[in-house]
Amino acid sequence: MVSPDILIEARGLTRRFGPNVAVADLNLKLAQGEILGLLGPNGAGKSTTMKMLTGNLAPSEGEVFIKNRSLREDAVLAKQQLGYLPEQPPVYPELSVDEYLRYCAGLHGIASAQRADAVASAKRDCGLTEVGRRVIGNLSKGFQQRVGLAQAIIHRPPVVVLDEPTVGLDPIQIREIRALIRDLGRNHSVILSSHILTEIQAICGRVMIVNRGRVVYDAPVDAQIGSRSLTLGLARPPAAQALAQIAGVCGVDALDNGRFRLSLEAGADPREVLVALAVQGDWGLRELRMESKTLEEIFVELTSSDAAAAAEAILKEAA
Amino acid sequence: MKNVLTIAANETRRIFVSPLAWAVLGISQLIFGYIFSGAVIQYVQNSETQDQAVGVSDYVGSGLYGSATIILLLILPLMTMRVFSEERKSGTLTLLFSAPVTLIEIVLGKFVGVMVFVIAMLGLLAIMPASLLPAVDLDVGRLAAGLLGLLLLTMAFAACGMFISSLTREPTIAAIGSFAALLVIWLLKMPASFDSAYAPVFDYLSLISHYQDLISGLFDSSDVVYYLLFTALFLWLTVMRLDMERN
Repeated sequence: MVSPDILIEARGLTRRFGPNVAVADLNLKLAQGEILGLLGPNGAGKSTTMKMLTGNLAPSEGEVFIKNRSLREDAVLAKQQLGYLPEQPPVYPELSVDEYLRYCAGLHGIASAQRADAVASAKRDCGLTEVGRRVIGNLSKGFQQRVGLAQAIIHRPPVVVLDEPTVGLDPIQIREIRALIRDLGRNHSVILSSHILTEIQAICGRVMIVNRGRVVYDAPVDAQIGSRSLTLGLARPPAAQALAQIAGVCGVDALDNGRFRLSLEAGADPREVLVALAVQGDWGLRELRMESKTLEEIFVELTSSDAAAAAEAILKEAA
Repeated sequence: MKNVLTIAANETRRIFVSPLAWAVLGISQLIFGYIFSGAVIQYVQNSETQDQAVGVSDYVGSGLYGSATIILLLILPLMTMRVFSEERKSGTLTLLFSAPVTLIEIVLGKFVGVMVFVIAMLGLLAIMPASLLPAVDLDVGRLAAGLLGLLLLTMAFAACGMFISSLTREPTIAAIGSFAALLVIWLLKMPASFDSAYAPVFDYLSLISHYQDLISGLFDSSDVVYYLLFTALFLWLTVMRLDMERN
């Protein structure tokens, strides 16, 4: 049984296309108020995952629950709780923005009396108030993207799935859309994919990195990420040996100008000890900085090492 | 049911904002008008020389409503070609697939949407002979049977066209495909004329044999059932096809 505040849950999602495994055994749980960023190189299985989460693609194995309702067995009830913006905004170019949004509101079961309000508030949120009467086909890509986003949130669904929501927007629009997503994230669960790492860092509370169909990383964005290191700058440095003996330090790299990079054991924080030692030994402490890896470093490490391994395997096969 | 109407209303709106619909309506009216006036003039000329065994309703019924079938056979594939193929191509099918509606509602909604357009066209076809009413004593029942036949026939055309449209992502291929499929089912009339044990089977299966009774004013429920079954079969196949798409 799933606890009630989990809005969307995926268990063991797997999708095969013939012999290719696009997504393998993906598990996901998202509570109310969480924003999850889905990261991955092209072709990693992000869009396939999102299609499965929204009922556009049936998983080969595994199941999706939205508000405790199975997307397979209770499809209609589950989909009522869902808003989805696919990669390509699903808009009809021949309709006006108002006509289109009214239709989407009706499709999502909003009673006709409330439709005008729903359309107006979705337009306000996505900055579309001015273009309500324009034909969608004549709008720029950025505005079409906003119309797609308005469609996904018009019925205020508890779960919102956005596939690259800020593609094609100008910087001001991106800021607005990010603010909107953060706002949505307070009361809803939001899953979004993006290529822009800073975007994920700016908006998301949690990040999931997918590579070649597998989840390779899943942690809160502000968690102390991976192995940390300390940068230490000293005016009169001791031998590197002396630094390596400090408890919690597992490696010392000497940099230029009396600077060192100390790699640390998990959970260790020898900063206080270092300051005390520096005073005692008159090392002349200039710089002491704790560094954790950025999302980008993690991303590159997790996805490119794999790519390198794959390339190696191909080379071996060829040889 | 509400969802069916929502989808149907949107479908009809999209048909009527496209220039294709108006072009089709305009041109088909021109052709229908040409055939209609031709039939009336022919009747006026013949009525002076012949006895009154053949009435004006015969001329209009078989002349106008008979030729209308061929024109509708050409038009319907054009109206149904976009229904699913274009939505698939432009990615808007996703909107329907992620909305809280069932596949049956989607297919029925689109079918009703297309039929609203077809009924508008048939309405114009009904008005044409009705314009004779003040002057002539028309056999209204007979014309009504012909119109009912046209309605049933176009339902069958639309259902088959929608199914073919659900198979591809290219509207033009959908149009050619459904035209070919409908023509072949229509022409099953041909092997039906051969001397063979299966001739009655072919005759039953042909799209047009059931229309001939209706157009001559003969209302046979088996003809009506044929068209309804034909329509239901292809709508069901469309639902199956869309379900396959997700798997």
